[in-house]
Amino acid sequence: MNTAVFPPPAAAPASTPAASTPVVQVLSAEKTYPNGTQALLPVDLCIEEGEFVTLLGPSGCGKSTLLKMVAGLLAPTDGRLHLWRKPVAQLGESGKKMAFVFQSPTLMPWASVQTNVRLPLDLAGVSRAQADARVSEALALVGLAKFASALPRALSGGMQMRVSIARGLVTQPDLLLMDEPFGALDEITRHKLDADLLDLWRKKKLTVIFVTHSIHEAVFLSSRVVMMAVRPGRVVEEFRIEAPYPRSADFMVSPEFSRYAKLLQDSLLRASADTTEIHA
Amino acid sequence: MSTPFPSVAALPLAVAPAVPAPASAPAAAAIAAPAAAAPRPARQPLLARPRVQRILYPLLVGLVLIALWQGLVTGLELPSYLVPSPLRMLETLVTDWAALGASLWVTVKITVLAFLVATVAGVLISFLFVQSKRIEMALFPYAVLLQVTPIVAVAPLIIIWVKDPTTSMVICAALVALFPIISNTTLGLRSVEPDLQSYFQLNRATRLQTLLRLRIPSALPYFFGGLRISSGLALIGAVVAEFVAGTGGSGAGLAYQILQAGFQLDIPRMFAALLLISLTGVGMFVAMAWLSRVALGSWHSSEN
Repeated sequence: MNTAVFPPPAAAPASTPAASTPVVQVLSAEKTYPNGTQALLPVDLCIEEGEFVTLLGPSGCGKSTLLKMVAGLLAPTDGRLHLWRKPVAQLGESGKKMAFVFQSPTLMPWASVQTNVRLPLDLAGVSRAQADARVSEALALVGLAKFASALPRALSGGMQMRVSIARGLVTQPDLLLMDEPFGALDEITRHKLDADLLDLWRKKKLTVIFVTHSIHEAVFLSSRVVMMAVRPGRVVEEFRIEAPYPRSADFMVSPEFSRYAKLLQDSLLRASADTTEIHA
Repeated sequence: MSTPFPSVAALPLAVAPAVPAPASAPAAAAIAAPAAAAPRPARQPLLARPRVQRILYPLLVGLVLIALWQGLVTGLELPSYLVPSPLRMLETLVTDWAALGASLWVTVKITVLAFLVATVAGVLISFLFVQSKRIEMALFPYAVLLQVTPIVAVAPLIIIWVKDPTTSMVICAALVALFPIISNTTLGLRSVEPDLQSYFQLNRATRLQTLLRLRIPSALPYFFGGLRISSGLALIGAVVAEFVAGTGGSGAGLAYQILQAGFQLDIPRMFAALLLISLTGVGMFVAMAWLSRVALGSWHSSEN
């Protein structure tokens, strides 16, 4: 729980080997709401470059809160969060980019798919020609090149989510934060998007933090699972999923997968069980 | 609008089997009929099209009412100084068109001017309100005060203060039309989807970028809702102001024609003026509905 565990920012970059560059450092960050509710007890978490980390836990365990603090959308009540060894607010100085994908597609209903995807580039003042080229690239990446001029309402839920992901990728981020992005989709669409996401993660060498309450999704996607518990929200356990990438659909029916799923399920039950004890 | 009609036609299909069928032949026919209609959903009969129905139904009601009115007036031999027949009213409209047409122009001019003033002022005030919660807290009660004070009570004062009659009447009508635009646009500018707002924040959007790209488009459906209400109110405000001002001569609006016709017991003319006022109101509403459809039709669910 001490910040001294991590070397001070100034000394860091030169001495750290490239293989283990911390992208995200959560240093005893906690969140208490003004009414005294403890949304999140102090969390310490270090995420390295190229990791696919899943925050898994029952509803109300603070996983979204933690993700939003990493994004800088919520300020911790105490503790600090660093991205590339700089406070979250100074992300711009590091020259690195972060993208956030919400649970719902959060598209502008009045704007075409193309305009929606171009939004982060427009806001950053990228020239129109350059932006359009990158938008086409991002749309091709999620398989929606043909739908550039469609309005969001004309697309299915899964396609809208793809647009949202394309909008996340168009800035060529180094860190991708996803808050239960496929939670509202049907099983088949979800599997498809999960597999596509893994491809993108490997192709683009992204670092991903992914929030979910699905054990199967966590095992299939992650290189590391962070288990969280409720009341008060806190991190309880961590698991490394050692299965090699690329992971195919076959992995989902393998004994190895079942073993990990069982492990996580037991842990999730323990994490949820604490609640009932407190309430009993 | 675009609901495929066959889905409605197919409903009896689902219901039919549940009905105990003593006579199996009609039931079978009922099932067969929609099935036969299904293969060609593109061309519906003219009367089945929703767009035609939307115009046809109210038109039918109107025709029936007018026929009833005409029938009652002629049947009961009501004198035209009590209730003129619709035909008599139209006759008066034609014979008195010189005076009525000029008055219509005056009323329409005041209404449209007031509506424009109210729209511009309302939008500017809304932008001011959403700049900070404190400004809104400080000023909103006065907007309400403006709304709840009856314009009939304030109009004489404005007419005394403002020398030019047209200007004073425009001010009166604009005051009536102002509030819905302020309240709706303010609500709209605040009704931004929270996650989308967060997204703009994450991308370090400036205040201006957020206003232009997020707040204004989000506010449009509310704004157009406000316009529809205000267009009618502008007309009411104009007529009330004309009544209070009582301006005759070349500046006489439709309200003055009604007043005059009342004094002279020229009831057909009164009805003709009333008809023109109603038509003006309908025209304003239709124009606003059209504008809203043009602006929002492609993306907002209210227009589909």
